[in-house]
Amino acid sequence: MLDIKDLRVHFRSEPPGKDAVKGISLHMESGEILGLVGESGSGKTVTAMALSSLLPNARAEITGKITFNGMDVFSATREELRALRGQSISVVFQEPMTSMDPTMRIGPQVEESLTVHGLYTPEERKQRAIQAMRDAELPDPESLYRKYPHELSGGMLQRAMIAAAIICDPVLLICDEPTTALDVTVQEGILNLLKKINREKGTGILFISHNLHVVRKLCTRVAVMCRGEVVETGDVDQVFFHPQQEYTKRLIAAIPTRNRKR
Amino acid sequence: MEPILEIRNVNSFYRIGGSAFSKGRTVQVLKNINLTLYQGEVLGLVGESGSGKSTLAKSILGMTEYEGEIIHHSRRPQMVFQDPYSSLNPAFSIRRIVEEPLIIYGKYNGAERRQRVEEMLAAVGLGPEFHDRKPRELSGGQRQRVSIAAAMIVRPRLVILDEAVSALDVTIQDQILDLLMKLRREYDLTYLFISHDLNVIYQCCDRVIVMKKGEILEENTVDGLFENPRHEYTRQLLRAAE
Amino acid sequence: MLLMLGAMRPDKPRKTVSRQKANGFLIAGGIITALMAALVAVGWFWTPYPTTAMSRDKFLSPCVSHLLGTDNLGRDLLSRIMEGAGSTFLIALCVVLIGGIVGTVIGCLTGYFGGVADAVLMRVCDAITAFPSILLALVLIAVFGSGKYRIILILGILFIPSFARVVRGEVAKQRTQNYVASAKLMGASDFRIIFLHILPNTFQVLFPILTIGFNNAVLAEASMSYLGIGVRPPDASLGRMLSESQTYLARAPWYALCTGLAIVLMILGLSLISEGIQQRRRA
Repeated sequence: MLDIKDLRVHFRSEPPGKDAVKGISLHMESGEILGLVGESGSGKTVTAMALSSLLPNARAEITGKITFNGMDVFSATREELRALRGQSISVVFQEPMTSMDPTMRIGPQVEESLTVHGLYTPEERKQRAIQAMRDAELPDPESLYRKYPHELSGGMLQRAMIAAAIICDPVLLICDEPTTALDVTVQEGILNLLKKINREKGTGILFISHNLHVVRKLCTRVAVMCRGEVVETGDVDQVFFHPQQEYTKRLIAAIPTRNRKR
Repeated sequence: MEPILEIRNVNSFYRIGGSAFSKGRTVQVLKNINLTLYQGEVLGLVGESGSGKSTLAKSILGMTEYEGEIIHHSRRPQMVFQDPYSSLNPAFSIRRIVEEPLIIYGKYNGAERRQRVEEMLAAVGLGPEFHDRKPRELSGGQRQRVSIAAAMIVRPRLVILDEAVSALDVTIQDQILDLLMKLRREYDLTYLFISHDLNVIYQCCDRVIVMKKGEILEENTVDGLFENPRHEYTRQLLRAAE
Repeated sequence: MLLMLGAMRPDKPRKTVSRQKANGFLIAGGIITALMAALVAVGWFWTPYPTTAMSRDKFLSPCVSHLLGTDNLGRDLLSRIMEGAGSTFLIALCVVLIGGIVGTVIGCLTGYFGGVADAVLMRVCDAITAFPSILLALVLIAVFGSGKYRIILILGILFIPSFARVVRGEVAKQRTQNYVASAKLMGASDFRIIFLHILPNTFQVLFPILTIGFNNAVLAEASMSYLGIGVRPPDASLGRMLSESQTYLARAPWYALCTGLAIVLMILGLSLISEGIQQRRRA
């Protein structure tokens, strides 16, 4: 479904030769949950932004080849890109509090991607929004529809964000650290929700996280990034139990576990 | 065992709204907390947002008002904060940040202070090349080392670590945890280790307290907590951390 | 959904471009300010002609012996501008010093301690800012009389709120930072925390408002003198010269032009420097 070849991202503010992403290649099957892990500055978020073509051309130079469902993303027209962003690829961010417009009710924000593309009548959009919120396991979606973001807890907001992301039945859902700002027990619920969406709708999920623990719970395959490069890719269990690269070994050894005491 | 800190029937209230002229309404954030810390132990404090763990830390440090009794058997405790970006004065150099507590303490002359600062920075693994830099020139892990140095240079006996490694990358977190445990042995410190990460708690603590909505739900040894959790909420936390 | 994406920006600013721009501002501002400062400094000790010396050469257009020409009484304009700029500069400086120091202290204390004193003082500041400052100055001068020193004092007091407000906001923001909490934990006194820890961190916002304040003071002095309630003869000031020059706008356009230009340059130089510093900070 998604095929990335030699993707390079260079911020124009940086000296030449200092790339944020240094020619990575990734491959994702449809319906797969791929984890993209790395520490801060590893380039994992930049990669995701390049994928969803969120990086403005004025600031970053993106080269390489991204094929999405057989379409070459870089040679696509504006219209094709717009359709791609709103309907085939959706994004969920880390901070639910800042990713939502505080002055807008939840419902219209969930519908946003339908509204932007002028799909359906307002009444149908509302029905779909409520259905999406129900799919995101939000309690009492009818009344939540009319609430404002500040009336919801962090976990519920994140579910609302997910509802907004899945309303258009995307083929690919990019989640950038969606659980990092949340409490562990809430985190658990969000992970289960993502699993359910993947299972029931067959949505492919690119899950970006610094938390290997979470990645292991959710993903089937994982790509480990370090300083703009993918150092290791493979099946989750294989990478965790038999890491091949030095960096992956160090990263996995650093995860706090109950195998040792300090 | 010799107690270093005793907390008796502590309640704390938080005022919502209100201004210089009106009171607003109050919410109870600590509900009858009783707790004793013993010299040399590492006491873990687990809780999610809104559990009151930060308020408890602030009460111990006298940074917020509370009702009840908090008895210190040691000198003023110090604290290492979560966010290594706001806890260092951006206008000061690293050397100055670590020296400041000694200047306030006022017992040493310039030469003694300089020597102590150098020793302390060496102890947290920051070489001389860092001494004249400003906080913004340092990485998160390096900043946290500076915070630790500034907290420990006055040789406190009790240090409160408020999510001190939570904002760091795992490999950095690993190094900082090792450093904290090394310093604890060297300086014979007692830690109140606040964290939401149960695995980190398991690795570092002797005893654990679980808080939720301002109450202590469970107080247990670390092995007891992980093997035979008494409270349903603890079990829920453990499952999430699996 | 995608409308929210604007919030996501890579947090690396465009270093090289804006640094060059900032340097451009700094160099231009520095040159202009140095030029004006030199003019003012020299003017205190030496002027090409005695500033009060009249001659029969009225309304001479700029020439070799009188670089900027002469005025209606045949006085050398360059000498007059040097003197006028000097006194305008001095007045503005004193005003900013009074307003800046008192305002900073008030802002620090109210921002740090908050409470009733804060609420009351800020309402007083609101009240002062609610009046047009020139109008208020007019009233005060009507009550206390005019003259160089009174003007400095009156403008200085009127400038306090603008500084107090900005400093208060910044101090209140810094107060919640953890470095302040750690300083408290170390046992630092409130005085030490305010003036040693917090104050240096407010310079970022303080410096631009100091330059803006200076510019406003130049303009305020000039407008008051222009209105005839400012500096009185025999003291010179750019505002008064501007007011005199307008009578002869047709016969001696260089008179008004040169005086106005002196005011503009004085303000422009500092504005550019301030802008450059801010751009550089952002870079």
